Amino acid sequence: MRDRLQEWVPRIVLAPSFVAVLIVVYGFILYTGWLSMTDSRMLPNNEFIGLENYSKLFALKHWNIALTNLAIFGILYIVISSVLGLFLAILLDQQIRAEGFIRTVYLYPMAISFIVTGVAWKWFLDPGIGLENTMHQWGWESFEFNWIKDRNYAIYTIVIAAIWQSSGYVMAMFLAGLRGVDNEIIKAAQVDGASGFLIYRKIIIPLMRPVFLSAFVVLTHLAIKSYDLVVAMTGGGPGRATEMPATFMYSYTFTRNQMGVGASSAIIMLIMIFSIIIPYLYSEIRAGGDKR
Amino acid sequence: MSIPSQDNAIQSGRLMRVAIYVLLIFFVIYYLLPLWVMVSNSLKTLDEIRGGDMLAPPKDITFEPWRQAWSQTQIGVEATGLKPYFLNSIIMVVPAVTLSTFLGALNGYVLTKWAFRGSNLVFGLMLLACFIPFQIVLIPMARILGMLGLAGTLGGLILVHTVYGLGFTTLFFRNYYAAFPTELVRAAQIDGASFFQVFWRILVPSSGPIFVVTIIWQFTNVWNDFLFGASFSGYESTPITVALNNLVNSSTGVKEYNVHFAGAILAALPTLIVYIVSGRYFVRGLMAGAVKG
Amino acid sequence: MASLTIDNLVKSFGSVDVLKGINLEIEDGGFLVLVGPSGCGKSTLLNCIAGLEKITSGEIRIGDRNVEGLHPSKRDIAMVFQSYALYPNMTVRGNISFGMEIRGIDKVERDKAIQEVADMLQIGNLLDRKPSQLSGGQRQRVAMGRALVRHPQVFLFDEPLSNLDAKLRVDMRTEIKRLHNRMATTIVYVTHDQIEALTLATKIAVLEAGYLQQFGTPDEIYNDPANMFVADFMGSPSMNLINGTLEQVDGSLQVRIEGHGGSSIALPVPETDEMRAHVGGPIVFGIRPEAMTDPDGADRTSPHIETRDCFIEVSQPAGSDTFALTPLGGKECIARFRADARIELGAFSPISFNMAKAVYFDPATTKRIR
Repeated sequence: MRDRLQEWVPRIVLAPSFVAVLIVVYGFILYTGWLSMTDSRMLPNNEFIGLENYSKLFALKHWNIALTNLAIFGILYIVISSVLGLFLAILLDQQIRAEGFIRTVYLYPMAISFIVTGVAWKWFLDPGIGLENTMHQWGWESFEFNWIKDRNYAIYTIVIAAIWQSSGYVMAMFLAGLRGVDNEIIKAAQVDGASGFLIYRKIIIPLMRPVFLSAFVVLTHLAIKSYDLVVAMTGGGPGRATEMPATFMYSYTFTRNQMGVGASSAIIMLIMIFSIIIPYLYSEIRAGGDKR
Repeated sequence: MSIPSQDNAIQSGRLMRVAIYVLLIFFVIYYLLPLWVMVSNSLKTLDEIRGGDMLAPPKDITFEPWRQAWSQTQIGVEATGLKPYFLNSIIMVVPAVTLSTFLGALNGYVLTKWAFRGSNLVFGLMLLACFIPFQIVLIPMARILGMLGLAGTLGGLILVHTVYGLGFTTLFFRNYYAAFPTELVRAAQIDGASFFQVFWRILVPSSGPIFVVTIIWQFTNVWNDFLFGASFSGYESTPITVALNNLVNSSTGVKEYNVHFAGAILAALPTLIVYIVSGRYFVRGLMAGAVKG
Repeated sequence: MASLTIDNLVKSFGSVDVLKGINLEIEDGGFLVLVGPSGCGKSTLLNCIAGLEKITSGEIRIGDRNVEGLHPSKRDIAMVFQSYALYPNMTVRGNISFGMEIRGIDKVERDKAIQEVADMLQIGNLLDRKPSQLSGGQRQRVAMGRALVRHPQVFLFDEPLSNLDAKLRVDMRTEIKRLHNRMATTIVYVTHDQIEALTLATKIAVLEAGYLQQFGTPDEIYNDPANMFVADFMGSPSMNLINGTLEQVDGSLQVRIEGHGGSSIALPVPETDEMRAHVGGPIVFGIRPEAMTDPDGADRTSPHIETRDCFIEVSQPAGSDTFALTPLGGKECIARFRADARIELGAFSPISFNMAKAVYFDPATTKRIR
């Protein structure tokens, strides 16, 4: 009967997308998980070696550098982007003239590729032609800023560029949050005699907790995945000074022919992201369900 | 007494306002600085950059670096400029965005208006797929593309960007259609409209904003992608981000900073234009990407 | 035009039964109102009739045709939705003609049909507007026009007036009634507004928690409620349900009700066998506010009036009447006095009980004692 057939149309329409996602996301995760337990080198093979790749991975100095860098990068990037984003959002929330223009300027870096950001900052921070040289031209002969070439400081230049790229995004999230605060609450606080500063500190910022959480999740996700910016700015160097898990995975898998180790590093990245995303999504969906 | 605006009822003093504007302008400069550096230095000669002040405007404006970047500079082994890679990106972006947006719209429609037992699980799995680190799929995807004969082709990149875009496009449309009145769908059913008639005649005409949001989001992501481009493109199918990186980080020859800057602007231009023309929708996409549910 | 029969209808969502065996029948040309509080299953029942929800078991017949498995568009029904559900991207004309277009009716015929309903509903001047340019009342008319143009066997209305303001609601109610009188098509109408139910229906079905509580004419539902739920739900202000004790004094039955501060009143009760079974036990005495009046306002045609002194705590003038609140059976009861009746607060005043209108319930089962 045609009516019966109609009932199946929606499922048939959804099926290709769902099957595709099942295969290319979940199937591939399983496959990578399997590879991480095999002795795969240049090509995948099926020789099972248990968790050997993982113990190899965590014994590698290279990987530990990548993890340390991720920790430094992640913490600074998340904290500074959040604070700066909130600060800018509060400034912009003061009935500013040309707010639209300023907002547009703060947010445009999010529209461009990390590769472009990397190129701009790479040369801007380059001591030979960039900021240092410019300061010398301006007469400040002793000015020194060669972090990007310095093993101990190169990772911070990536932090600078990444914050430049994402802080406007965080600002937009906070601004949306601030605009959502019930004006009557603010009025009530004013009637109670609270000053502007106190209203922010005691009332508005505590109300921004969900936004902090969203920003944290988004930024963490971006930090763990960050690959493009490192490649464009430093290529992981000088030496291995700016190596990150994402660049580690790529180089071990595709250039060093240690596919098993590369796969295990990818699995570790997945675990890191999911351990943050899954509880977050779970709580969001539950909260959303309650509202409905 | 002025009436406090809806946005903000907090009043601040005059000195305070001056300080606020000074800070805001300082940050305007901070965010614009790299763009200014790129633009001004892309119009300088190499000598001027080497010997001069990176923050200064060009003394003699030259468009030579732009010409170089577009059609002459050496990338990889050939001196073609970025032009062929720019075209590759366009050929890749258009079908990938179209397909993933269209499928996302249909998926969102099914998941909200034709929900069936298990459709929440389907949505949950598609949502979670938005957040995987793509490193996890690089190895198997490379193998599958090889098996399909799509390794190193634009077709392969289109496929990759389409399937990995589905999570977000489905999320966007699902959330939009969840707020779309179900009674309209029911009314249309009583009027005799079929599954596809309801979609085309009732939902699509009311979906303008979400199509714009989704297309912009997908366009920005696919155009700016580097990881898939670097992993799966071949000699003939390299997208512009990868080509730009090759140009800037090639270890041979003289560093032509002005050409690099011109190339970087070229690579950024399409998404920047989209952002400036329809920033409102771009921001809505970002917000939808951050606040799920 | 056709009758509608619902036989033992069950509808479950997962393990939750939303409708638990509904039996209803409305004759050809009847006006059936489904009424109940939100969540009672009335809208689900309507959707089942429309074919928008699949039924779990039972049978729905429109005329003599079982509509099981039939697509909504093939059931020969039309529906007016609570939100009106006008297609926002189409003009009024497009909205009305969409169904005909889908069915492949040619343009000339479509235009003729549109003109016909436009005239009937006086929306001819709105045909080229978009829904967003219409007022609430106009949208309501267009939604009805879209339904009328189909000439269905059965009209389904899902709370069609709930989004209108109070005055417009009364006007549209009258209009729907007039339309029904004129076309004599069977109507099934869902509402949570008991006034709407009483004024419009030829038959009312009161639903609660998935059960059909009572099915009958408006008069039966109002004056002869089957249980305490129906008694309480229908009517505004609702019926006073007063806890009392059934006593037998000198061979005759009476209900004793506690009043203010240890006082009590006793009222005679009809002496039926069913009633006798409750002697010595609690019963609920149900009486509508308009059957509790000041003595001068009592219904002169009533065969049985009893007047007792009750303690008046509060009075609420409401224009045409004044409501007097008196504590009876541990609750505030409402009596309906004439607007100019003199009421002394904080004192005992006589109240006349129209016993011909009183009903009795068993508090254990909430069912009527007859």
